Amino acid sequence: MKPYISLLKVRYLNGLQYRAAALGGLATQFFWGMMLVFIYKAFYKDGTASNGFSYGDLVTFVWLQQAFLSLTYMYDWDSEMLNMIVSGNICYELTRPINLYQLWYVKLLSKRLARGTLRFAPVIILGFLMPPPYNLSLPASSTSFILFVLTLLMGVLLLVTISMLIYISVFKTMSPIGSVGIFSIIGEFFSGMTIPVPLMPLWLQKICYILPFRWAADFPFRVYSGNIGTHEAMAGIGVQAFWIALLFLTGSFMMKRISRLSVVQGG
Amino acid sequence: MGLYFKYMSLLLKSHLQYRGSFIMTVITQFIQPFALFAGIFLLFERFGSVGGWTMYEVFMCYAVVGASFAISTCFARGFDTFDNLIRNASFDRILVRPRGIILQVLGSGFDLKRIGHLLQTIVVLIIAILWGDIGWDMARVVMLINMLLGGSLIFSGVYMLQAAAAFWTIEALEVANIFTHGIKEHASYPLNIFPKWITVVFTFIIPFGTINYIPLQYLLGKIDGPGWLYAFIPLMGGLFIVPCVFVWKLGVGKYSSAGS
Repeated sequence: MKPYISLLKVRYLNGLQYRAAALGGLATQFFWGMMLVFIYKAFYKDGTASNGFSYGDLVTFVWLQQAFLSLTYMYDWDSEMLNMIVSGNICYELTRPINLYQLWYVKLLSKRLARGTLRFAPVIILGFLMPPPYNLSLPASSTSFILFVLTLLMGVLLLVTISMLIYISVFKTMSPIGSVGIFSIIGEFFSGMTIPVPLMPLWLQKICYILPFRWAADFPFRVYSGNIGTHEAMAGIGVQAFWIALLFLTGSFMMKRISRLSVVQGG
Repeated sequence: MGLYFKYMSLLLKSHLQYRGSFIMTVITQFIQPFALFAGIFLLFERFGSVGGWTMYEVFMCYAVVGASFAISTCFARGFDTFDNLIRNASFDRILVRPRGIILQVLGSGFDLKRIGHLLQTIVVLIIAILWGDIGWDMARVVMLINMLLGGSLIFSGVYMLQAAAAFWTIEALEVANIFTHGIKEHASYPLNIFPKWITVVFTFIIPFGTINYIPLQYLLGKIDGPGWLYAFIPLMGGLFIVPCVFVWKLGVGKYSSAGS
């Protein structure tokens, strides 16, 4: 366990260095959030059937989504790792005396955490400062706030297991663009990042609830606004834990198999 | 012009060397925008209309913006990735050659893979044309073509500004994404749903309104007026590229090499 924790720490601190990039990202996220709340405003004005998901819930959802984008987006493009798979440099990683799955898991996790730390606060503050009704509101209660933090962190752990499965698929397809591109579109859609899950038709919602993706984004954000109550939220943490365990074990198993079968070309 | 086609065919050949990867990228480019498209579709399922515009009208808006974006990323990709040329000082090589600088930068990055995205927007455009209720006439056909032309010019202009910024900052400005990807994502909706100041910015400063909202109002029969005038408004918007070229030239004049 110890090497992983120190790796997590080193990588996390390293990730915190990219402050200029974070600033650029901040402007983009703020602009995105603003455009989205305006667009949805127009939709909510024209239609009334919002299915128990009020405009206030939606605005909060949008700002949290933009603020914590680094923790919840699917399209995780780590060129260093992807190149390793395609170019065969992965054999150096394989010689290390630690488990490859866990090593990469920690790398991806620390990158997300560092980015998240750098980027979330300014967007949250700007979100609070927006004129009503476009502003981010306070959490429904202190309990829902604590549950939000918990579920969000569990969500990151879950998301990284999904990213790992995508990366493992690159071993088979040998096309990073294809694998990461297509899987992340599907994942992003079903996690409620394209449009919030409650605004989807019922049959699509059912699909979302069966799949693991929404537990990483849709779920924590709605816990914050109280759209998902505390009892349901606590039960949800159990579901998150179940998915993390399942996908982590599946990923480890597949990684082990695939690295045994893979042939490194060239000398 | 002949030289530009030479560049294009060379780049195309080099992309096609990795045929599998090329095809995979095109497919991804084709599928990727469907998420955004599905999002728009589902929102209309839920809410019915937006700002008085129906689904097919918004599809039209989406397709025009998306296609312009795809065309300009295909041809003006050299400006999008221009900061690389500055950082590794390849731009020095361009400067010493006895050919146009803009031509050479364009030639450095023709990217046919974007055709996937273009195809997707064409599919949407066809859907919008077939199901939308549009009274086609000559002026409207010319208008549609001009919208794509004007839109591609505006997007290319933004790419040029982004590239020109690299003369001063050396690295790419991520902020410019707001005006390329941001507009691609959000300009699918009619401008009247936004607050006044956004409308003003997108009409007079970065004139995207002139390639979708203003002419589409006429095209879709929402307003009456001199059709041929509306048909050429998008080209007026396309003039946006003129000051961009000017800023770019200013940047080239200031350039001092970063390499050795």
